[in-house]
Amino acid sequence: MLRALLLTLSVVAIVHAELCKPDAQNAFKVRISIKTALGDNAYAWDANEEYLFKAMVAFAMRRYSSKSTTQISNVLLCNVTDRVSFWFVVTDSSKNVTTVPGSEVEAAIRMNRNRINSAFLLSDKTLQFLKITSTLSPPVEPSTPVWLIVFGVVLCLIVAGIVFLIVSGIQKHKKKNKESTERENLEEKVEVTLENGIPCEALDLKTGRINGVFAADDERFTSL
Amino acid sequence: LSATPEIPKEDGRPKWDNKFQYILSCIGFAVGLGNVWRFPYLCQIHGGGAFLIPYFIALLFEGIPLLHLELALGQCLRKGSIGAWNTISPYLGGIGVGSWVVSVLVSLYYNTVLTWVMWYFINSFQEPLPWSVCPLNENRTGFNEECYESTAVNYFWYRKTLNITPDIAESGTLQWWLILCLATCWAVVYLCTIRGIETTGKAIYVTAIFPYLVLTIFLIQGLTLPGATDGLIYLFTPNLNTLKNPRVWLDAATQIFFSLSLAFGGLIAFASYNPTKNDCEKDAVTVAIVNSMTSLYASIPVFSVLGFKATTAYWDCLDRNIISIINEFDLPEESITRQNYTSWISFLNSSYPEKIAGLKLKSCNLQEFLDQSVSGTGLAFIVFTQAIILMPGSQAWAILFFIMLFSLGLSSMFGNIEGVFTPLLELRIIPKSAPKELLSGIICLISFLIALCFTLRSGSYWIDIFDRYAGSVPLLVIAFFEVIGVAYIYKIKRFSKDVEWMTGRKLNLYWHITWRFISPLLLLIVFMAFVTLQMQKPPSYTAWNPKYEGFPMKEEKVYPSWVQAICVLLAALPCVCVPLVALFHLVKQKRRSKDPSFVSPEVFSYQGANS
Repeated sequence: MLRALLLTLSVVAIVHAELCKPDAQNAFKVRISIKTALGDNAYAWDANEEYLFKAMVAFAMRRYSSKSTTQISNVLLCNVTDRVSFWFVVTDSSKNVTTVPGSEVEAAIRMNRNRINSAFLLSDKTLQFLKITSTLSPPVEPSTPVWLIVFGVVLCLIVAGIVFLIVSGIQKHKKKNKESTERENLEEKVEVTLENGIPCEALDLKTGRINGVFAADDERFTSL
Repeated sequence: LSATPEIPKEDGRPKWDNKFQYILSCIGFAVGLGNVWRFPYLCQIHGGGAFLIPYFIALLFEGIPLLHLELALGQCLRKGSIGAWNTISPYLGGIGVGSWVVSVLVSLYYNTVLTWVMWYFINSFQEPLPWSVCPLNENRTGFNEECYESTAVNYFWYRKTLNITPDIAESGTLQWWLILCLATCWAVVYLCTIRGIETTGKAIYVTAIFPYLVLTIFLIQGLTLPGATDGLIYLFTPNLNTLKNPRVWLDAATQIFFSLSLAFGGLIAFASYNPTKNDCEKDAVTVAIVNSMTSLYASIPVFSVLGFKATTAYWDCLDRNIISIINEFDLPEESITRQNYTSWISFLNSSYPEKIAGLKLKSCNLQEFLDQSVSGTGLAFIVFTQAIILMPGSQAWAILFFIMLFSLGLSSMFGNIEGVFTPLLELRIIPKSAPKELLSGIICLISFLIALCFTLRSGSYWIDIFDRYAGSVPLLVIAFFEVIGVAYIYKIKRFSKDVEWMTGRKLNLYWHITWRFISPLLLLIVFMAFVTLQMQKPPSYTAWNPKYEGFPMKEEKVYPSWVQAICVLLAALPCVCVPLVALFHLVKQKRRSKDPSFVSPEVFSYQGANS
């Protein structure tokens, strides 16, 4: 009885070793960078985490093919290194000792990538399935480009400034014109009475005025 | 004939509100984009601190004398460049016309550089910055190929901003976003120069002082970045051996010359609005020293940031190598750090050399990253923008940086536009009754329409041409004729009497020697050396061609012959004004001497002085 058990176990182990080895058919390499993703909150990769991984892959296979035949024991892990990296393969329990085709596994993982990532608190870059590429999400683009809005604001300010300066320049010009015409009118009102070209106000009527023509030549007057 | 004591006090000429405005305008004109993106580059490639020796010698014997000459000329004659040179002698009027032509050509392309700065500025309000990520390709499987092969920053500059063609002969179409930004820039210039110095005098308080604030902020931030000290040590470590190379002396002389914005006519225009009794000697020395100190001050944050960028690139290189090694050998994470990388590499190389060779690791050398020196637009739009992405709070840094560049360029534009505006105002192109706003509006509108050709897809190649040919050789020629004209035609004795009247003290021997002998000789040597160096190889340019084998390296191409003809035209046009105007007056003289109603030439120049 014991011998039969040992024999079955060894057969299973050998079969597993056959199915899951690096570069085996339908096997995928996984690389996990926990310290890069989580820094100080990094957890250690141990057997429990491996169990969770197997569970997630089984979950992905179940969701993808919608047949509930994939068990956790169908997922085989091997060659776990310190990196942390390992190979895994999914066996088909219905068919005899074969692995599920790689394309199915790939499609299943791709469909549920987000769920698998969040289970481990990792991202596409830190939980890498080496042969499975991820589709990149497009960058968020607002409906109006932001730069047009900023440009509009800047242009409005500048045009407002120009209009203000031009209008104030025209107003100053008009005020200067009005002032100069007012001054001209004022000067005209002042020069009302003119006598021989001399305004009457300038004439100091008290002291009199010497007429230079007659006072110029002293020799005209006879000396006393 | 001396032009000084008969000048009436109230000639209706606009004047500065105060002395500080005038000094600030001159400083703003001199301090421009070149102080930030050309001086640090020259310092770096010409032996660091050792470059300061030829730089200060050039400042002493070429920069300060020429600056004093221009300021004294403008202040004494109280006219723009064309009027001033016509006053000295009608035969020398060509110098003024040449200055005016250079100012026009430089204004056209300089504002287009500001257009690029504005485009980056309005794009800095996005999160994440548009030059930090590559766009995806059509089927969303990877990144855009052109972007992936070069970098996101390169892609944003060459494709999203310039949309550059692989060859200068392919003009492409006008780029509408650049047209919008160009219109905005010319609107800003119009807003600030609308009434000449009345409005630029107010605007200069902001545009001249703001860059210093931002430089200080960047200085403080830059010094706290990792790797900043490496950059600074690299910049300032003197290597006296470079002084044996004549190229270094030539670069120092040309840098001082172009940095002080000499021979544009803008300085003459600024000084002409001064009261005549003003100490122009002190002004000249102040402006020159402030300009050089600003160059030095600006190079500190620039090199801190460049050191930071080089260190980050070095760390990235190391990290990439470390990841490949860890993945290949399945070693646990963080077993290899940047510190023990070299010991690990030597160990692995001895044990598994084939595996290591198969990984094709790049050699990471900090010196190599520091050596990647760039100047000009490459520094601002590629290198600096890349460094800004790596800083925390990148939007704020980007916005500050581009506003600073915009103010630096704008204050230089004021000087350029003044060099165009003042002579036109004096030549009475528009009737006196028409407002000044109209003339400045016409200038800005015409310049905008001509500058539209720089918004073509090949526009950046044309700007390089304008920068290299219109903004270099003609200035040397004009400055040479300026010094010769004042020293030997107007005569130093007369000029020194004018300067003494203005400053109130006797002219120092230093000015006599430099104006008479040293500066003209130095200018002649610099001009010959410059032209010889340009002629040594056929004029070529580097083109951004995604289909080139060596992409992302730029492809070296030779200018086609029609482009070379345009280059020669650009360089020759301002220079040829000098002899042409002299010839024109000579012919006019000869014709007048044959005319029976002969009027002597002294009357003409006398009339010129009084008008």
